[in-house]
Amino acid sequence: MKFPLRQLLFFVGAIGMAILYALAFAHLPGPEGLRSMYRDVINLQTVEQRHITDAITAVNFDYRGFDTLGEEFILFVSVMGALVLLREEKDQGGEKVPDAAWPARSVPPGDALRVWTLWMTGPVVLFGIYIVVHGQLTPGGGFQGGVILATAPLLIYIAENLEVFKRITSHEWIEIAEAIGAGGYALIGLIAFFYSKPFLTNVIPLGPGGTNINVLSGGMVPLIDLTVGLEVAAGFVVLLYAFLQEMLVKQGDQ
Amino acid sequence: MNDAAITVLQVMTLVLVAATGAAVVFTRQPAHQMVGVSFFGLILALMFLLFQAADVALSQIVIGAVALPLMVMLALGKIRRQSIEQDKKEHGE
Repeated sequence: MKFPLRQLLFFVGAIGMAILYALAFAHLPGPEGLRSMYRDVINLQTVEQRHITDAITAVNFDYRGFDTLGEEFILFVSVMGALVLLREEKDQGGEKVPDAAWPARSVPPGDALRVWTLWMTGPVVLFGIYIVVHGQLTPGGGFQGGVILATAPLLIYIAENLEVFKRITSHEWIEIAEAIGAGGYALIGLIAFFYSKPFLTNVIPLGPGGTNINVLSGGMVPLIDLTVGLEVAAGFVVLLYAFLQEMLVKQGDQ
Repeated sequence: MNDAAITVLQVMTLVLVAATGAAVVFTRQPAHQMVGVSFFGLILALMFLLFQAADVALSQIVIGAVALPLMVMLALGKIRRQSIEQDKKEHGE
């Protein structure tokens, strides 16, 4: 009998796993036990040293800016990878046969939905920009704001149709924006070389400090926030467009 | 809010995280699962907020509750369309 043996093996493994799990958790410090020196130093220094009130953004885009550059390129490369996969599939597929079983949208959106989503689009764009430019002051930043910005064309797609979505997310411009976003971060890092400093040193004037910190404070951090916001927003729009494009081809055939 | 209230809220969200996480795992239909994942993402964001990680909470909302389910849904739709087309080819329609 093969089945009981397998079950027996599973239970032995599961019990072992449970014991190890419990042991691991027994020594886990609570949220109060995580007071590290690094955290205290960062909290004390960011306002004075970098004119930044959101310590997390200071770590991400300044003190550990090089790590974030790597993360941004991970996103950039993933988007490119997804595009390559989707495009190759599309080319091999050749001429698509019109398919009545898959109308892109059988029922037109109702008036209430259209009014609501179109009304929402402006505030969503504004909120996205707000989150991007206030990265060094409050929670948020280029990454979070960028994704919020990328949802604005989606709202329009929900309210209208793929034609309108395509017109807004005109492909080449979005790709150029993504490239500028990805390359801009590295270029801002290169500015430090003109001052004989290491890559990604914050050499740009820090702007107002103390209690007057505003969206222009933080030296290179607001600039990096902008490039990351551009990169993330454009990357997500490119990805959405690639996924939805196939449906558009079908809609055009019908 | 005082510390005790925060602790109560933290415990409540942790229980919710466990419950919604289990619900996601035990959902069999991928399309239904994505709705669960989206909700799970929101609960996780609430948890991060209560543990004073506001930046992570924001990222979690946009990625876990919006972007991830959306991407998986689009991919699922694509796979389903492909398999229907393949069926048609095989049955000579």
